[in-house]
Amino acid sequence: MMAQKTVLRVVTKLLVPIIVLYALYVQFHGDFGPGGGFQAGVIIASAFIVYGLIFGTADAREVLPSWVTRIMLSLGVMVYGGTGVVALLMGGEFLDYSFLAHDPLHGQHWGIFAVEFGVCLTVSGAMITIFFTFAGHVKEKFSGAEK
Amino acid sequence: MISNTIVIVLLVFMVATAYALVRLRNLFAVVMLSGIFSLFAAALYVVMDAVDVAFTEAAVGAGVSTVLMLGTLALTTKMEKVHKKPSPSALVLVLATGALLIYGTLDMPRYGDPTAPINQHVANRYIEKSGTEVGLPNIVTSVLASYRGYDTFGETAVVFTAAVGVLAIIGRSKGGSMPTSTVARRRKEDEHDANNEEMPS
Repeated sequence: MMAQKTVLRVVTKLLVPIIVLYALYVQFHGDFGPGGGFQAGVIIASAFIVYGLIFGTADAREVLPSWVTRIMLSLGVMVYGGTGVVALLMGGEFLDYSFLAHDPLHGQHWGIFAVEFGVCLTVSGAMITIFFTFAGHVKEKFSGAEK
Repeated sequence: MISNTIVIVLLVFMVATAYALVRLRNLFAVVMLSGIFSLFAAALYVVMDAVDVAFTEAAVGAGVSTVLMLGTLALTTKMEKVHKKPSPSALVLVLATGALLIYGTLDMPRYGDPTAPINQHVANRYIEKSGTEVGLPNIVTSVLASYRGYDTFGETAVVFTAAVGVLAIIGRSKGGSMPTSTVARRRKEDEHDANNEEMPS
């Protein structure tokens, strides 16, 4: 359906890397400004969603197969929970990041970094999975690359 | 003063959008309007200095959920089915509930009241101590990821569960009917060309 829209295709190709770059900025700058893992995850997902909308879900799935998003989905929760378990093993309480390093402040930084990474993985994986699952059922509407 | 005016204008727009949402029967327009409603809400949060919340609202409410809703519409139908005329008893019930809710807000502290319970409980500790305890300039991130780490873990699990639920219900595609991608099609064409070159007619 969208295969002939040259402007949309070119603009999308230009936009996708910028969107991902902005997501990374939001992810790593969340300690200083607004943002964090959740927002970054949604923005990363929106990059893949816009690609899927314009070029068809099948093409987007070549870049990011369903097994990758499923691993992202579960790995994020595991990274989050794992950070808590590591804190537990280092002598603290579950999710008490102060014990992750010798200096409590460094421990907090590492803990928040790991946890935000986990949130970003799960949220982006979930959003991409949900969109592609829905879109996979609507072949004639979203599979623009067909004709 | 100026921020009050902005809040009032935004709230009026939100009420108008909500009214249109209720009245419209075209679901495509409803999805678009709910995205606009989210965008107004995000602007409202910015005026209230809650930029983190505004960011999330704009990204999730106005962005991704609109796309997901459109995906759902493509699977279902474009027009809302009207079954029967609304009954007067429903109107009475809704008005009574609304009046109760408004009565409930009368007891709530004024917005931004420093003596309100919400501003007396743990908020002061976060503002005073998070710099030395967690060390991040953005207190919101400190609260979300460190002080309230359990809650955020729960939220992550909820997002995970939502995606797993979608996969469990409609995740299995009916075998082999997936649309072929551009790459796969080109590969097939290349094979076809190669075969043709091998066997000139």
